[in-house]
Amino acid sequence: MKIDHKTVDHLAHLARLEFENESKEAIVNDLNRILSFVEKLDELNTDNVSPLIYMTDETNVLREDSIHETISHAQALKNAPKKDSDYFRVPKFVEKK
Amino acid sequence: MDTIYDKYEPVIGLEVHIQLLTRSKAYSSDANEYGNMPNTNIDPISLGHPGTLPKANKKVIEHAVKLGLACNCHITEVNQYARKNYFYADLPKGYQITQDKTPICTGGHITIKNDDGTEKQIFLTRIHMEEDAGKNIHDQAPYHTLVDLNRAGVPLLEMVSEPDIRKSEEAYKYLTEVRKLVRYLDICDGNMEEGSLRCDANISVMKKGSTEFGTKVEVKNMNSIRNVQRAIEYEIKRQIDLLENGESFPMETRNFDAVTGKTHSLRSKEAANDYRYFPEPDLQPVIISEKYIEQVRSTLPPLPDFLFKKYVNQYGLSEYDAGVITDSKSIALYFEDLIANTTNYKAAVNWLMGDIKSTLNQEALSIEKFPVKPAQIAALIQLIDENKISHTVASQKVYPKLLEQPDKSPYDIAEQNNWLQQNDANSLNEFINQVIGKYPDKVQDYKNGKTNLLGLFMGEVMKLSKGVADPKLINELLKKKLEE
Repeated sequence: MKIDHKTVDHLAHLARLEFENESKEAIVNDLNRILSFVEKLDELNTDNVSPLIYMTDETNVLREDSIHETISHAQALKNAPKKDSDYFRVPKFVEKK
Repeated sequence: MDTIYDKYEPVIGLEVHIQLLTRSKAYSSDANEYGNMPNTNIDPISLGHPGTLPKANKKVIEHAVKLGLACNCHITEVNQYARKNYFYADLPKGYQITQDKTPICTGGHITIKNDDGTEKQIFLTRIHMEEDAGKNIHDQAPYHTLVDLNRAGVPLLEMVSEPDIRKSEEAYKYLTEVRKLVRYLDICDGNMEEGSLRCDANISVMKKGSTEFGTKVEVKNMNSIRNVQRAIEYEIKRQIDLLENGESFPMETRNFDAVTGKTHSLRSKEAANDYRYFPEPDLQPVIISEKYIEQVRSTLPPLPDFLFKKYVNQYGLSEYDAGVITDSKSIALYFEDLIANTTNYKAAVNWLMGDIKSTLNQEALSIEKFPVKPAQIAALIQLIDENKISHTVASQKVYPKLLEQPDKSPYDIAEQNNWLQQNDANSLNEFINQVIGKYPDKVQDYKNGKTNLLGLFMGEVMKLSKGVADPKLINELLKKKLEE
């Protein structure tokens, strides 16, 4: 698989990232290097191997429906780059009609 | 006469999001509560902090199985969760934990009743478990969008119908049934205005007789069942008008505006959303055994459709009465209790939908808060059936007293107030003689053929009995006496 500018544009849009000129060239190269490294795995025949999704064989790991307060409102907002006393603040992404 | 609109057949499928009544969230232990201060129902998991691990809430699975059983779905044995990836400020993890290839319920149906009394089954594609997103507030700060994550991670079931709906009225009925069902099951409060029940409609039209569906448009933002119907009606007309003009329209998502009754374009679907679903490795599979399913089945309440059929077929109630009673679970449960204590089903309906309903309306009470137990109402019905009191006395005298003293037996109330019918012929004949003595000329008129004077005599006798004599018996005795 080959990563080209179009693929990077698509991925960048999905992740809301922007790459221009040199930085786009750099990310195309990076992604291609990563992919070719992983392609090494293609040397193995995996026809009869089912995909590994879970790290253990456990099933039905469930919790009771009860409330446990783990962090406070202030702690929740603490690491936010922008906030007020109540809310997380993010750049406005819907224009007023 | 046929219009251009009759040349087309609408094809409608509905997606309903059902917000579940649980204490805590779907994958974390912060509270699932509506109306709290912003960002107080939070937890590192629902905030999407790195290194946190979700853990699925048992109750969500139970609720999903309940709904599946109530809709006759197949319950999936091996359930996996999946990540649906997209970027939005109200989704801090960058993905929604949902189900993709193994929805917990498949197949099944919702039965709706057409106006002509026939039934139609709307088949279901699937019901799957997922989580809600937070809330973005765009209009409170000039340069920022405010994010409240109280709702992030609240458990949802998404119920997807097959494109079986052909009319806006059918969509209305389908949603009414779904709302009734989730309320009977006690898994969702069914409040569309507050968004705990949400509906998106997929609408297309095709020429009658065609087998190929037209271009599909998804309509969102309808906050009542009536508005879903309005949006569908508007959209069907819009699509047919365009087609008849020889115009095509894109596959897209449209927003419904309740004020104008119109839909307008929200975003094009042509660049299909790339959600990059993959299995959620942080949540182990959930295996649902036959034993578990049977255990949940045994906890199901009687369902509205079952009760409706029982009332009509076994108890001989009219479809109207059966419909009114099963419309709300609490009324139906009261009625169930009532008919466990009396076999006069018709009287039970009349009391419940008459006197009791008007008390509830006057006092703004719910039936759960109604003070008089069903057994007491049944005892009152029995007093009437045994001719101990007349219906009028029961309704106007005993019932109001019963509301004040709900634990006192209706018989004791009637007895202590001298409201029991005087049904011994001797004392009634005594009254009759008094009346006949009082109006000798009227008696003569009666004997000469003015038989409508009977009402006057009856009224007089009733007055002497202080309103508690059995009218049928007075009538009988009076006639006998006058025709001697």
